[in-house]
Amino acid sequence: MALRRDWVYENNGGTCVAIAGADYCVVAADMRLSVGYSILTRDHSKICELADKCVLASSGFQGDIKALHKNLAARHLIYQHQHNKQMSCPAMAQLLSNTLYYKRFFPYYAFNVLGGLDNEGKGCVFTYDAVGSYERVGYSAQGTGATLIMPVLDNQLKSPSPLLLPARDAVTPLSESEAVDLVKDVFASATERDIYTGDKLEIVVINAAATRREYIELRKD
Amino acid sequence: MADSMFSSSASAKDSASSEIGSERTLYPYVTGTSVLGMKYKDGVIMAADMGGSYGSTLRYKSVERIKPIGKHSLLGASGEISDFQEILRYLDELILYDNMWDDGNSLGPKEVHNYLTRVMYNRRNKFNPLWNSLVLGGIKNGQKYLGTVNMIGTHYEDSHVATGFGNHLARPILRAEWREDLTFEEAVKLLEKCLLVLLYRDRSAINKFQIAKITEEGATIFPPYALKTFWGFAAFQNPTKGAEGSW
Amino acid sequence: MFRNQYDTDVTTWSPAGRLFQVEYAMEAVKQGSAAIGLRSSSHVALATVNKAASELSSHQRKIFKVDDHVGVAIAGLTADGRVLSRYLRSECINHAFVYEAPLPVSRLVVNLADKAQVCTQRSWKRPYGVGLLVAGLDESGPHLYYNCPSGNYFEYQAFAIGSRSQAAKTYLERAFESYNEFTREELIKDALFAIKQTLQWEKLTSSICTVAIVGVGEPFHILDQKAIQEALDDMEIGEEAATGEQSSGAMQEEDKGSEEDKGSEEAAPMDI
Repeated sequence: MALRRDWVYENNGGTCVAIAGADYCVVAADMRLSVGYSILTRDHSKICELADKCVLASSGFQGDIKALHKNLAARHLIYQHQHNKQMSCPAMAQLLSNTLYYKRFFPYYAFNVLGGLDNEGKGCVFTYDAVGSYERVGYSAQGTGATLIMPVLDNQLKSPSPLLLPARDAVTPLSESEAVDLVKDVFASATERDIYTGDKLEIVVINAAATRREYIELRKD
Repeated sequence: MADSMFSSSASAKDSASSEIGSERTLYPYVTGTSVLGMKYKDGVIMAADMGGSYGSTLRYKSVERIKPIGKHSLLGASGEISDFQEILRYLDELILYDNMWDDGNSLGPKEVHNYLTRVMYNRRNKFNPLWNSLVLGGIKNGQKYLGTVNMIGTHYEDSHVATGFGNHLARPILRAEWREDLTFEEAVKLLEKCLLVLLYRDRSAINKFQIAKITEEGATIFPPYALKTFWGFAAFQNPTKGAEGSW
Repeated sequence: MFRNQYDTDVTTWSPAGRLFQVEYAMEAVKQGSAAIGLRSSSHVALATVNKAASELSSHQRKIFKVDDHVGVAIAGLTADGRVLSRYLRSECINHAFVYEAPLPVSRLVVNLADKAQVCTQRSWKRPYGVGLLVAGLDESGPHLYYNCPSGNYFEYQAFAIGSRSQAAKTYLERAFESYNEFTREELIKDALFAIKQTLQWEKLTSSICTVAIVGVGEPFHILDQKAIQEALDDMEIGEEAATGEQSSGAMQEEDKGSEEDKGSEEAAPMDI
């Protein structure tokens, strides 16, 4: 019999969404932590503020997610000591990709969306798979509710085709408050059908002025 | 393992036998069942029974599964008892080295919980897990703390936690009835209600419990005691009545 | 060439029970430009004098942030100071990774002292030629430590190291008893005043000093030039007012007195 090593992973569920605007970025994730049909806790943050203008939301296996977040936070501290500044969001995006690929053959079971502002102050979203391949996009959803949310975002945000030449900006035309409202709606909807999404929604809004956190209650059943 | 993976002559059997020859916990031997923990007015309270199961055999009847760690913390464990006792040795050393600084600083429950999380996660990364679910509670500088870790490093904090069956059977009760300002007496009553449900429904639970509390004054582990049970319910005595053909 | 036959090897004792190489390393601290530190019941301030190696160069960094709750000011070999700062930073990061709590300052300082001590006991090593003032905040409040090349460390209310630090020490010795009640602004002002004592003729400006602070509700950070200039302006106003009341003479007398102390400072070098 082949060696069973499936016990090293567990899917704790959860959904992460990020939307980039012209001068803001919204990153959101629900706060339910579950395993199988059980809920472990209804109040667990999946979002990590890695730098002033850079926020990471991850779903998957909580142990790996925490290890990944701690790793990146430590790497960012070292970066600050060496460069006397905060890491930019695109730099963090590359670092996250390298960190994931470093464990290519024993991966972090983590599905990430990284949101923030780029060096020009424009909103940016990076979306990943578990082993580090990534892409800059205008919006993204990851995790157990992604299949429910992604088509809605496609429909509502009508991002220009990435095949167009010259390349067009992927940022959404929505205003900040419209984007936040859209996020609330897609989570409320995903909560209806995805048993791993619910309890509470944590929204982080990043703009030039500040980073703001907001919480909304979701269905608890 | 590495040898068998890269040499073409090695058979699947070799790789399996090299696994058996190692000191990894592939499955647990003697296990403890649920641990319950919750915050209350003055600190954190925990409860667990004292059974040690060898598969479905009740092998030990006086296993202490809740222990004080340093001055500010309590640790409760379910799962492999030998692994738990190994963890206690790690923590004894940790606290000893902490005390040896003799500088007035001490590890609080948050620090111990984080340390345990790293230990559990690192062991699973080496495919050599400590086969436990741990509950760590405590209070330091007026700050209550309650968290849990499992064998692969999943961890979280909450106002009340429970391992194993407790998560299914006790936490719904705790979610309905728990309050932050529970007095000690009320907290014991609530835990006993949960323990009784577990005793009735979890076949590895036994009627010999320990309750422990930790407050700013320190840890107290109360002597073992039994709960009053009532097995006279009609459904208990004749479980198939009115449901013939089903279990 | 050598002062005596016990002078070549770090680990060789002199018959008088001294380790000359270690003492020379202590001397290196005194060669560096001054660094001072002082502590109230809520804050610790560090200040250094910036000396450029030449007219054409800028000065070297003398204050390093180690973590949100600790920072150091150095005097002596800056290169050694940088290496030790890096060590302190990694200690703090590792501790935070395992415990998600800041490393207590007293423990950081012992780790640092032990590292310095090893160099006094290995024939193939050389002691670090740098003194560090470690300022930090932990559960037990704010702390100021001095770590020296010999592997000794001391906790202080206020201290000064580096060239002409005796003048600053003399000032601090007279003023330290009220430091516990100081506000952070008063602390910064006294830090600048102590720095001023170490400058002979040079005028104290915001460009030749660096000031950093850590305290309750305030992570370790280096003050910007503007903040230092404001504190200096406040000081000058204060001093002018004092001159008006013809008490400035006494102040100058005190300065002179402290300069004289300098000659007699040589106690047993290993004490510090």
